[in-house]
Amino acid sequence: MPAFPRSSARAAADSQLRFNLRKATHTIRGKRANVVAELPDWLELRAAGKAIKDHTLRNLDRYLIQLERAVTEAGGHVHWAADADEANRIVTDLVKATGETSVVKVKSMATQEIGLNEALHEAGITAYETDLAELIVQLGDDRPSHILVPAIHRNRAEIREIFLDHMGEWGRPAPDGLGDDPRALAEAARLHLRERFLTTKVAISGANFMVAETGTLVVLESEGNGRMCLTLPETLISVVGIEKVVPTWRDLEVFLQLLPRSSTGERMNPYTSTWTGVTPGDGPREFHLVLLDNGRTDVLADEVGRQALRCIRCSACLNVCPVYERAGGHAYGSVYPGPIGAILTPQLRGMDTPLDASLPYASSLCGACYDVCPVAIDIPTVLVHLRARAPHEPAERAVMRAASWLLARANRFGAVQRLASRLRRLIPRRAPGPGPLAAWTDTRDIPPIPAEPFRDWWDRTEGGAR
Amino acid sequence: MTPATGSRERILARIRAAVAVAPEQRIRRAYRTGARMPRETLIELFAERVRDYRAIVHTVAADDVPGTVADALARRGVRRLVVPAGLPGTWLARADAEVERLADDPPLSAAELDRTDGVISACAVAIAETGTIVLDAGPGQGRRALTLVPDYHLCLVRAEQIVPRVPEAVARLDPRRPLTWISGPSATSDIELNRVEGVHGPRTLEVVIITD
Repeated sequence: MPAFPRSSARAAADSQLRFNLRKATHTIRGKRANVVAELPDWLELRAAGKAIKDHTLRNLDRYLIQLERAVTEAGGHVHWAADADEANRIVTDLVKATGETSVVKVKSMATQEIGLNEALHEAGITAYETDLAELIVQLGDDRPSHILVPAIHRNRAEIREIFLDHMGEWGRPAPDGLGDDPRALAEAARLHLRERFLTTKVAISGANFMVAETGTLVVLESEGNGRMCLTLPETLISVVGIEKVVPTWRDLEVFLQLLPRSSTGERMNPYTSTWTGVTPGDGPREFHLVLLDNGRTDVLADEVGRQALRCIRCSACLNVCPVYERAGGHAYGSVYPGPIGAILTPQLRGMDTPLDASLPYASSLCGACYDVCPVAIDIPTVLVHLRARAPHEPAERAVMRAASWLLARANRFGAVQRLASRLRRLIPRRAPGPGPLAAWTDTRDIPPIPAEPFRDWWDRTEGGAR
Repeated sequence: MTPATGSRERILARIRAAVAVAPEQRIRRAYRTGARMPRETLIELFAERVRDYRAIVHTVAADDVPGTVADALARRGVRRLVVPAGLPGTWLARADAEVERLADDPPLSAAELDRTDGVISACAVAIAETGTIVLDAGPGQGRRALTLVPDYHLCLVRAEQIVPRVPEAVARLDPRRPLTWISGPSATSDIELNRVEGVHGPRTLEVVIITD
């Protein structure tokens, strides 16, 4: 995967993609603004959401132990996975123990992050995605490009082609004469998936929240595929990041207001399911919770960066980001795209690859993401913090050292400003390349240099009095 | 479970090391809780918000419930109706004699549920501000699959079950029961952000609010 500047440049040249993204992000952002404005106490809810998450992270060990006990007492089983391999191994073993070779899945960022479908495939188990967008992505052998609407980069004609070409390989084929009306496409997906829901015995989900006090898991969704997976199979396996825990049942009163409004721009999403262990006679007979670390404790150890773990995956930051709107989700090379991805991915994975080292730069630092974040993650500050931690080229390091020497003393800076004013006609609009300076000026203009530095003008005219 | 235990201790130790010097955070709840509204306002707001999701809504007095239910089932052409245990018998008193009432005892299989025309249910709590209905598998609601597999859900909400906002609903509910929060029919916006009722779960939601 190339670094962000190269893959984003390719995406920005795709006018269809840019059109789709622009339409989608602007539509959702408008809806969000309307329903957020309806609540006079939005800022108080946001402050509470942030505080609850920070408090939980500070006491994460205690709350995870409490959660484990509550889930176990309610008839569930809890497993701990330090990394992706361990989580995949645990899930694969659990599925194998049921004797089944296929599972249905609720859309889950955590299982995408660990590559669970691929791991199951290697073990001879087929994982069927049941969220419509995830189904489109899976049938098209594609990757998701948005947290909330993973197939946002596809239009109806492309989706029709994908259904006609590939549905038959996975189960019930698309109906003959399938048109490209969204209603007809949704109906085709309904028919394709219903047979599967009624017969599959194992389901895999994530969760939006886990309540430590009661051992309750919560999934928010729209289509009902979540309800199908959480209710009809005999065995349910939930893979959830350790940061998803909240202390008390009452805390949901905050997040059930913050998440739907920030995410889909609705007062409430169509379906929310909660379950606490197993309920005899209702739903799965066996429930397993896999608690996933996979780099999260590294993020937690970073004083500035740990706030990324407050994220409730609403995707509001994607929809307001001018960079995401043009670059699209694939350019980020991670299941977490957009501004939150730019801070979460390099922290989870480290910054050893050119892609991961470039992600903290995938931003203009305009701050729109911070404004819309329902849990007040200060993404710009974390981006700057991560830029300092990222490896830099020798030329760039030299320039930064020179700049810090120059800016350390007012007289040095003043002297250079006067020199620049005198030579201003000789300074080009673009730095000669290649090199980091040229790369910088490829996307920005060097501002015009005034004939006289401001400080000199101030001294000469006594602040404009003369 | 030996290897898992190793990871448990390792993860907990890593957490403790990571936050050892992090500041403690106090939680302030300055947002609105404990809202109260007159019954008429609650009913009106709830009805309006449910309609916003393209659900069918009726507001009727208790005496008119049997007629409203009978009309709704007839209009929909329901012949095979799932009726959860504990549903007030009067609600179906006027329903066509030809409507076959399917009890979930012994439990209906998913395939059997799929072959029905719809389900009628009560609810546990309703939220006016968000137009949400919450089922908790209590009397008249049945297990979760009953209101999931059939394509049509007729839900009856009594006025005293409507609370103003989310916090009041959370306070009333018991997290030990499996809960289903329903805000309009099943819907997807995955294709060019066009809202389509579907893909799974009932595509038609009809709500009868009983005012007294």
